[in-house]
Amino acid sequence: MNISTPLNATRRGFLAGTGALVVSFAIPAVAQEGEVATPATPAPQNPDLPGSLAETPSLDAWIRIDANGKVTVFTGKVELGQGTKTALRQIAAEELEMDPASIELITADTGQTPNEGYTAGSQTIQNSGTAIRHASAEVREIMIRQASEKLGIPAEDLRAENGRIVASDGRTLGYGEIVADDLLHVDATGNVPLKSPDSYHAIGKPFARVDIPAKVTGGAAFVQDLRPEGMLHARLVRPPTYTARLVEIDEDAITSMPGVVTLVRDGDFLAVIAEQEFQAITAMRAAYATAKWDEKENLPDQNDIPAFLESAVSETGSVASVGAESVSGARTLQAQFTRPYQMHGSIGPSAAIALFENDAMTVWTHTQGVYPDRDALAEMLDLPPEKVRCIHVEGSGCYGHNGADDAAADAALIAKWLPGKPIRVQWTREQEHLWEPYGAGMLTRVSATLDDSGKIVDWRYDLWSNSHSTRPGSAGSLMAARLMGRHFQLEPAKLQISPSGNGDRNAIPLYDIPNQRVNWHFVPDMPVRVSALRGLGAYCNIFSLESFMDELAEAAETDPVEFRLRHMTDPRARTVIETAAEKFGWSDDPLPQGRGRGFAFAQYKNHAAYLAIALEAAVDRETGIVKISHVACAVDCGEAVAPDAIINQTEGGIIQSMSWTLYEAVQFDRTRIQSPDWSAYPIARFSAIPDSIEVAVVDNPGTPYLGVAEAAQGPTGAAIGNAFRHATGKRIHDLPFTRERVKTVLGV
Amino acid sequence: MKLTVNGTAHEVDADPSTPLLYVLRNDLGLNGAKFGCGLGQCGACTVMVDGKAVFSCLTPVMLLEDREIKTVEGLGTIDNPGPMQTAFIEEQAAQCGYCIPGMMMRAQSILEANPDATDDELRHGLEPNLCRCGTHMRILRAVSKARTLMKSASAAPAVERA
Ligand code: FES
Ligand code: FES
Repeated sequence: MNISTPLNATRRGFLAGTGALVVSFAIPAVAQEGEVATPATPAPQNPDLPGSLAETPSLDAWIRIDANGKVTVFTGKVELGQGTKTALRQIAAEELEMDPASIELITADTGQTPNEGYTAGSQTIQNSGTAIRHASAEVREIMIRQASEKLGIPAEDLRAENGRIVASDGRTLGYGEIVADDLLHVDATGNVPLKSPDSYHAIGKPFARVDIPAKVTGGAAFVQDLRPEGMLHARLVRPPTYTARLVEIDEDAITSMPGVVTLVRDGDFLAVIAEQEFQAITAMRAAYATAKWDEKENLPDQNDIPAFLESAVSETGSVASVGAESVSGARTLQAQFTRPYQMHGSIGPSAAIALFENDAMTVWTHTQGVYPDRDALAEMLDLPPEKVRCIHVEGSGCYGHNGADDAAADAALIAKWLPGKPIRVQWTREQEHLWEPYGAGMLTRVSATLDDSGKIVDWRYDLWSNSHSTRPGSAGSLMAARLMGRHFQLEPAKLQISPSGNGDRNAIPLYDIPNQRVNWHFVPDMPVRVSALRGLGAYCNIFSLESFMDELAEAAETDPVEFRLRHMTDPRARTVIETAAEKFGWSDDPLPQGRGRGFAFAQYKNHAAYLAIALEAAVDRETGIVKISHVACAVDCGEAVAPDAIINQTEGGIIQSMSWTLYEAVQFDRTRIQSPDWSAYPIARFSAIPDSIEVAVVDNPGTPYLGVAEAAQGPTGAAIGNAFRHATGKRIHDLPFTRERVKTVLGV
Repeated sequence: MKLTVNGTAHEVDADPSTPLLYVLRNDLGLNGAKFGCGLGQCGACTVMVDGKAVFSCLTPVMLLEDREIKTVEGLGTIDNPGPMQTAFIEEQAAQCGYCIPGMMMRAQSILEANPDATDDELRHGLEPNLCRCGTHMRILRAVSKARTLMKSASAAPAVERA
């Protein structure tokens, strides 16, 4: 493996490296959409340009070269542990003919980088990667053109190599010698040819992640690791429920505790600030013990989420309506599936640092969207957006809209009270578990008709769900803004049917089915706080669809893999299905008692990565424990920029989805959330991890990048359900497959 | 009070009931041990005390005078990584990486106590540590690689002496 010298920004000292604002720089001023239902991305300036160049066409918004030839690439996307920082360097280095390790990469910072909205929906390589790829190719061609003029040699006789332009007569010019003031301050044309796959030196090659060495040696790698001079420690005192009102707090008792600087109270927002971290924790505990709140019962019945969802529908949207309204066939089957509310549950609770100085707010945050977060913070703080700067710093693993934006808001709100002091907010484990927005509970109902030949001729699918995105853009998305005296409100959720889908993501089967009716029964009320969790509705929809495909296969007396292929013409889908089956050694050979095989497939969003998975599970009737023993998976995400990162993320997605499927449900009574820690909300531990997981990357060099990071979530859940069915003859329709549920279903 | 961390003695001025985690991170500026739960449920804060893995989030510093504390910083440096660190880098065993230092310290304690710990024993020993990114397969590969690297590292000086 090629382990380059790590470009370790964290070693330079954090604040020093990001303190100065870069001016004269081509960031377009864009209006945020501010819609809760879709991530806020800027409007395209030139929709014909590839990837995020459409919104930010100027080359120097993406790439700058200094007089020493140092190349800096800017992305509006962030590192979430998916290897972005490395993959984007590989892409730029490819077209610029450089070593990826010699490129500096600046990630999301409203003071420096393009606005690429959120890093979400597995679109980083698709959007930012595509933009950087094309921008790099254009910069390379500009370098060649300039060198041609300077050297008086035709461009055909020049080539780029190692950050230099090399002439056929042996003369060379470094990029730094060529670059002049405004050279790159031009819009991309979109016309420069990209390198062909057979000449790649960086894309698709094994390349060590740049961030790992610091992470395994104690480098400052996370926002949690920043300790600016003069920093104070803040801890929050959150209400016992979302809507509780603060009745009483003995402020003097708290502020007289050792090290306590102050107690910030703004409406129902409460925080203690202390010199030392443990002092803040001690004061927080005291405040929790003595604060009195007025709380109301307004959560639904956890044991009957379907009843809540069905009773709260505001409107029904048609997701797909194809073919005839009514079809007769040989046999009609139906089923209902449910998914509980589930957590992101990052291992490191959310944190942020904010500094209010000279009437301007700077926030170091692990948000997924620095620009939308900035706008929401500005609204909350009553500051113009240009007075708020959000700088992304990595946090612990991010699987969607977790507490990151909230922690940024908490820190900013406190910092505004204490100008000149960097304020570090660190959520507790309990706050993370209780206050992060969860993945929404869902109900689905499906019915399908088979004809005599065992083909599906009719498909009806109904889903009930909240919106799966309440991300910022406006202050009402931020918990601090809702709690503070001004009590901002979350913007009302709207039903939106889009190609990428939301609650309806992957609700349409990719299979060839002539008649289809797919509806989203939209539930606007969100008594339990929800937002984007990896895959949005895709997890439950694919779980439902692919569980049901197995039911239909059985009714058609056909092998499940064979049945899927029978309904699939897309050659790339067929390839991943066949590859997964082959890698797994799919067969109908009998297995020992209590063991079963399961298979599932989906193309994420029906237009991103194709993924098929086969696995074997053992079900212990007595204990109710389901153990996955081995897994084989095939994934096609177009051109594979960083194959090892794809494997890493896919393995991770499989394990995370296994954990969701087997264990996870947020617990609540009619008043409070009741799963404040890992004992009340268990997740997979090592003893549950399969003996082997094999991920085969089906590479398609030269084809567009397809988002992959969330592709495994749905198929894994369904494959487990199908393996359970195969092992026991019973199907579990309600997630998760807890031991109690397993035993109930098996009648033990 | 006096704390010995990674072989160096430090004078720290902290309330004796302060959990070690906060002293390591704030007073000594060591980033390796992470705050994950403060409840002994996740292992992100795992460090070694006299060779044993402990949850630094639960261990007050008053219990630690005259004990040998080791953190991930004590396993090597970015320029000269130790065997456990090399194994994690070579196996690219991280997604976000937040859980990783805790994993490394627990694995280190298992292997220091039993250099021949089997893969099953390592897997079993890591049970207290959570990873939400699902990096488990790679973590397991890395710790078994570390077992090999640690053996050759401890064999190396013997060869030189001979
Ligand atoms: S932080 Fe110590 S066990 Fe979780
Ligand atoms: S790598 Fe992210 S929690 Fe383990």
